[in-house]
Amino acid sequence: MGARRIRVQYYAVLREQAGKGHEELTTAAATPADLYSELQSRYPFHLGRGQLKVAVNTEFSEWSRPLNEGDVVVFIPPMAGG
Amino acid sequence: MKAGLNAFRFSDRPFATGGLREALADPAAGGFASFEGWVRNHNDGLPVTRLEYEAFEALAIKEGERIIAEARQRFPIIAAACVHRVGSLAIGELAVWVGVSAKHRDEAFQACRYIIDEVKHRVPIWKKEHYVNGDSGWVNCERCAAPHERASHEHPPHER
Repeated sequence: MGARRIRVQYYAVLREQAGKGHEELTTAAATPADLYSELQSRYPFHLGRGQLKVAVNTEFSEWSRPLNEGDVVVFIPPMAGG
Repeated sequence: MKAGLNAFRFSDRPFATGGLREALADPAAGGFASFEGWVRNHNDGLPVTRLEYEAFEALAIKEGERIIAEARQRFPIIAAACVHRVGSLAIGELAVWVGVSAKHRDEAFQACRYIIDEVKHRVPIWKKEHYVNGDSGWVNCERCAAPHERASHEHPPHER
């Protein structure tokens, strides 16, 4: 599998744990699930994948969706509006 | 449904509700129901000094608009809107406002309830509480933090 360039945006607890709001990275991760595993090895993310949702290109997504060059990925911690 | 401003919006500063209410007025409306969420000075026994709301606004607005469209399909209402704050809020401040106009009160109440309940669960907004003792925490994110508890709490993302 080739590497692809992905933009990741971080919010709330993940933003604090990553220490940044967004980044562009080159990754061999084929899916958002693979990408989250990769990021968990880099940052102290304590939330498991089962506690998150994921959005790709501003739409909720399956964890197994193939990632494409230029995709924007957002991992969504448990929501707490209202 | 009346046209006009987007039905779901964010505000990064305190907002007045009078104009929002007026925008939902209609000669055919016989009732109006609203809900206001306010910042409370305690949560789960801990005294809270202020809150911060953060949103993934691009997706949040899409999902918020979807929720209001669903409310229109489920209940025979005339108009509905929701405004949510982001940023730093003090105790007592208005955090979220929902308004619905309808011919009759039943559907106004039901649609209002539907919108606020769905917004809380589906719109990517996060709330950080600041406590009197100087600690702070992301609501719904801290207590599920213990790594040994991860496996038992894992579940597939629920589909709607």
